[in-house]
Order: sequence, then C-alpha cells, then structure tokens
Amino acid sequence: MSDIVLRARDLKKHYSVGGGLLKPSNTVKALDGVSFDLERNKTLAVVGESGCGKSTLARLVTMIEEPTDGSLQIKDTELAGASVEARKALRPKVQIVFQNPYGSLNPRQQIGDALTEPLSMNTDLPKAEKRDRAKDMMAAVGLRPEHYDRYPHMFSGGQRQRIAIARALMLDPEILVLDEPVSALDVSIQAQVLNVLSELQEKLNLAYLFISHDLSVVKHIADDVMVMYLGKPVEKASRDELFSEPRHPYTRALLSATPIPDPTREKNREVLKGELPSPINPPSGCTFHPRCPKVFEPCADKVPLLEGSNNRKVACHLYTE
Amino acid sequence: MALLEIENLSVAFATSGGTFRAVDKLSLSVQSNDILAIVGESGSGKSVAMMAVMGLLPWTAKVTADKLNFNGIDLLNLNARMRKKVIGKDIAMIFQEPMSSLNPCFTVGFQLAEALRVHLGMNRAERRKRSIELLELVGIPAPEKRLSAFPHQLSGGMSQRVMIAMAISCNPKLLIADEPTTALDVTIQAQILDLLVSLQSETDMGLVLITHDMGVVAETADRVVVQYAGQKAEEQPVKKLFAEPHHPYTSALLAALPERATSQILPSIPGVVPGQFDRPKGCLFSPRCAYATDLCRTVEPKRAEAALGHALCHYPLVDGEPTKNQKVS
Repeated sequence: MSDIVLRARDLKKHYSVGGGLLKPSNTVKALDGVSFDLERNKTLAVVGESGCGKSTLARLVTMIEEPTDGSLQIKDTELAGASVEARKALRPKVQIVFQNPYGSLNPRQQIGDALTEPLSMNTDLPKAEKRDRAKDMMAAVGLRPEHYDRYPHMFSGGQRQRIAIARALMLDPEILVLDEPVSALDVSIQAQVLNVLSELQEKLNLAYLFISHDLSVVKHIADDVMVMYLGKPVEKASRDELFSEPRHPYTRALLSATPIPDPTREKNREVLKGELPSPINPPSGCTFHPRCPKVFEPCADKVPLLEGSNNRKVACHLYTE
Repeated sequence: MALLEIENLSVAFATSGGTFRAVDKLSLSVQSNDILAIVGESGSGKSVAMMAVMGLLPWTAKVTADKLNFNGIDLLNLNARMRKKVIGKDIAMIFQEPMSSLNPCFTVGFQLAEALRVHLGMNRAERRKRSIELLELVGIPAPEKRLSAFPHQLSGGMSQRVMIAMAISCNPKLLIADEPTTALDVTIQAQILDLLVSLQSETDMGLVLITHDMGVVAETADRVVVQYAGQKAEEQPVKKLFAEPHHPYTSALLAALPERATSQILPSIPGVVPGQFDRPKGCLFSPRCAYATDLCRTVEPKRAEAALGHALCHYPLVDGEPTKNQKVS
C-alpha cells in the first residue's frame, strides 16, 4: 500500500462575489491550481499571509466545500463524481482542528459528550465502549479522566486545544488538517500542544496538513513546506531546503520578516513594500510582481509556472531559462 | 530624570469573587530615547499596568502606587482637567486591534484632526496640512485621498498606520504600543515595527512595547521587563536577557521557543498561569518551576540585585544553575 493518503491535483476554488440585478458579479480565485501529496506520518505545512487561500484549502480537503475544478483523491478514491456513500465513508478519515479553541467547542456540551458525539453519529457502539474510547483519547492528549464531565469554560486555551485534537481523533482519521492550531496560544502552552501533536503523529501514523503563518512553528514541525501567495503555491520544498536556501523572493521576504529571538543577530531585513493585492482583481503575470524586489521584464506579462524537480519547485521567472 | 517612573504599582479589580490583583508591585522606569519591552503571557498584567498609566481603567480598578510620575507630574493625583492635557498629547497609546480602535462612523481625516484641534488648537487649514504630513510620515500612499476614507476601507496594516499617525500627532514624549503587530501578517508586522523604531529614534521619544513575541523583543527593544502573573519576574538589557536569563520563568520561556529547540520534543512549561482563585503561596511561579523547593512554595521571594536581573526568585539562575539569593537570609 502506498504511503500517499491524499493526492490533490490542480485544485481550484472560485467564489463569485458582489453582483446584483444589473451588476455583473466578480470572481474571487481563492484557490487557483494547487497540487500536493500527503504522506502517512509526514507533515506538510502550508504557509502564507491572510488571504492566500490556506483556509480555503482546508475546507476543500475536509470536504466541507467542493472544489470548482481539479482532482482530489483521498485513499485512492477520486472525490469528484464520487457517490454520497463513498464520500460519507471517507469523511471520518479526514478531520480538522480549528484555530480558536474558544469558538470551536460548544459551551453547553460536556467534554465527554463532545468527544463521544462523533462515535454516536458514525458508529453504533454501546455507550460504555464509547465512554472508554473517549477516556483513552483524553489520556493520549494529556487530559485527566475527571475532565470527562466538565464544560469548556473550565479549561484553559491549551487544554481546549487538546480537547479539540482529541475530538478530531475519535474516529481514527488518517489525515488531520490543523488550521493554525497554536496561533491563539501563549508560547509556553504552544510548546505543550506542539509536543502532543508530535507524539500523536508518531503513535497513530497520521498525515498532517499543517496550516500556519508562523514560520518558526513550521520550521519545527514540518517535513515539507508549501508557500502560497494569492491562491497559488509559489514554492514547494522540504523543510531543510526551504529554510536554508529559499528561492522565491516572497519566501525570502517572509523569512526575513519573521522576527528571530536573538538580539545579537545582524539585522538586514528585506522589508516588502505594499500589501497583499485584492484577489478580486489580481495583478497580471506573476501576482507577486508589484511587491517583488527582484522584478524584471517577463514578470508583469507571463504567469510563472511551478517548476523544478519533484521535491523542489518554485514559480518564478528568475529560475526559468 | 526618568521620563516615566513607576514604583510599586498595584492594580486590584473588585470582582464578584473578591479582589483580584492584576498588577502586583510593578516598578519600572523609561527614559526618553529608550525602547522598553514588557513581555509576558496573556493574563500577566502587562496591558493593565500601562492602562493604569494612561488612566484608562474602569472604576472597578483600584490603582495604588508609591510613585507614578511622568516627566515630573504625579499621574496618581491628577485631576481630570489636567489629565486631559497630558494624556493623548505627551503620552500616547496604540492598541492591539487596529480595526476596532478606529471609530467606524467617522473618516480618517476627522479622527486625526480631532487630537490636533483639542490639544494643539490648530485651525482647519493647519489641521488638514498636518494630517497629510502625518499620513505621509507613516507611509500611507496618496494621503490627501485617504483623509476622506472610512476605517472599513482600510486594511489592517493601513489602520494601524493611521493609529500610529494619530498617536504621534502631538509629538508625544512617551508612546505606549500595546501589541501593535499581533493582529497583522508578518510582512506587515516588519513594516510597522521598522516604522515605530525609526519614528522613535527621530523624535527621541520613549517607547514602551507590550508584546508576547520574543522575536519582536529581540529585534526592537533596548531593555526588557518580563512579567508573570502581575509581577515583574526579571528586568535586563535585551542582549543580556537572551544570553543569560536569571529567572527560571524567563529561562523556561526562552527554551520553549521552537527556534531555540534542539530536539523534536520542545521543553514546555507544565501547567498554566495562575488565575484569581488558584494563586499559589510563596513564589507565584513555584508550581510550574523546575527548581522549586519548599522555601519557594511557602515564602515570597525577594528581589535579587541588578547583576542578577532584579530576578524575583529565591534561587536566581547563574550560568543556568540555581544559586541562593543573598537577600533572603
């Protein structure tokens, strides 16, 4: 059996916005051609600023929304055109942990109920069995058994995120989508949650799709990294290659903009000018060209393709002959 | 003379569950031309302390201090009229959420000019000229057009620039920035931090930067105050703090950063920051501290000398090893 559990090819998601009786609507290309493979026991990190399509990607992968175009295969089943039953069978295999643990738990539901609900919906296990499974999972993420009957408001942010992780794992998924799982947490708590995630991956052989804007966290947890800008991947590489030798000017700018906790380090930041353009009306050619420090003639006209060897790809005219 | 002098500042809130001390005997000073960073996790009282300086706390808060002086003025016993002349003019503050700190009902130009009218008594033409100048200074393109823009028409980075323009409009002597970049993307964060530092060095104002991001601290601050559960755990110049933290909390906090990690498992700090009802006896950090002894759990620590970073600890770390605080015996 192959280690690839999820295969995305040229995924696109376009939304139409605005428009009215006499006004034509606009198309927002939230995601415009993304391809990647997700392997068992590996973490693929998706990095980018707000508005680059990271969360849209999470919604497509978890089957919350359907892609406009492109192919998405989960465990060798093609989702486009798949039957309702086939989709239903796949849903438990992909689970998601959201960014804000204060908003993603029902305040009126006890932790035990929150954890057993996925089992009640998808299996017909007896009550005692469900309870045992929930308690086992709580132990696995570092919660105590007496937390079973408590309500979310009795927990701190870090504990809530553990609950959210436990809930996502109740149906033995193979893919876990982590949408900014630690960005709402303090540093000391962030370290605890990252450790739990590492342990669980080791133990349960999970594939992680780790969505984040924090490069220091990504550097710690990822195996491969995909950098996105305005709905398109601009660079894909293994973690070590990306951090030691970033190629795309945007990746470099992101890396140099990330503050490093070392005051003795020499400061030579490449500060990007301007802001992320509107995805309704993206710039021509390479969408990054108005902000790029290395812009030259072909950038404004020609769209660069994501090219390179299998694990090292970059979409930039600087690297095409 | 120091620009801002705080000695033993305490802020207590009257809550239905009794009084809660958000800030506990905090002392610090800021000189002009100085960048002081206050670091701490959420709930460590860093914002509340600065709100007390600004006089922005609600009536449920009880502020006490041995000294709360700004530029020789006693802020504690200032009447409302006098306070109005200082706050917003000589001390200005930037808040975390740029999108919600601007009034959505008024244009950027109106909100900018308001401070100029109240504090500097400028007439209409002068206000407009100065507003355009200010927007240019903070790097907003086409400032004449932006004056008539409403806040919802601006991005997060732009709103934060407007907030900064507003804060520096009266040439303040002290600028307090409360997590100014937390809500922004990294590339925008880099722009805003560069802007703040360059404004600070051009105008010689004092800058207090409240943050939880050690990276931001390392790249901008001169001196650092580490807060824990309302108390000052440690104070050191930035390079020394990162080279040799003396308080076990600072040390653990630095070790928990993914950038400094040497293994896949991060050295995390167990437990959480104590809240209102689980405040430990003795040292507040003792339940989470790797070096805690019975002494730590029962007796409140005293402050160590300056060479040990004023660490509030019984056993401040020297070369990573706990050593007995001389002041205890």
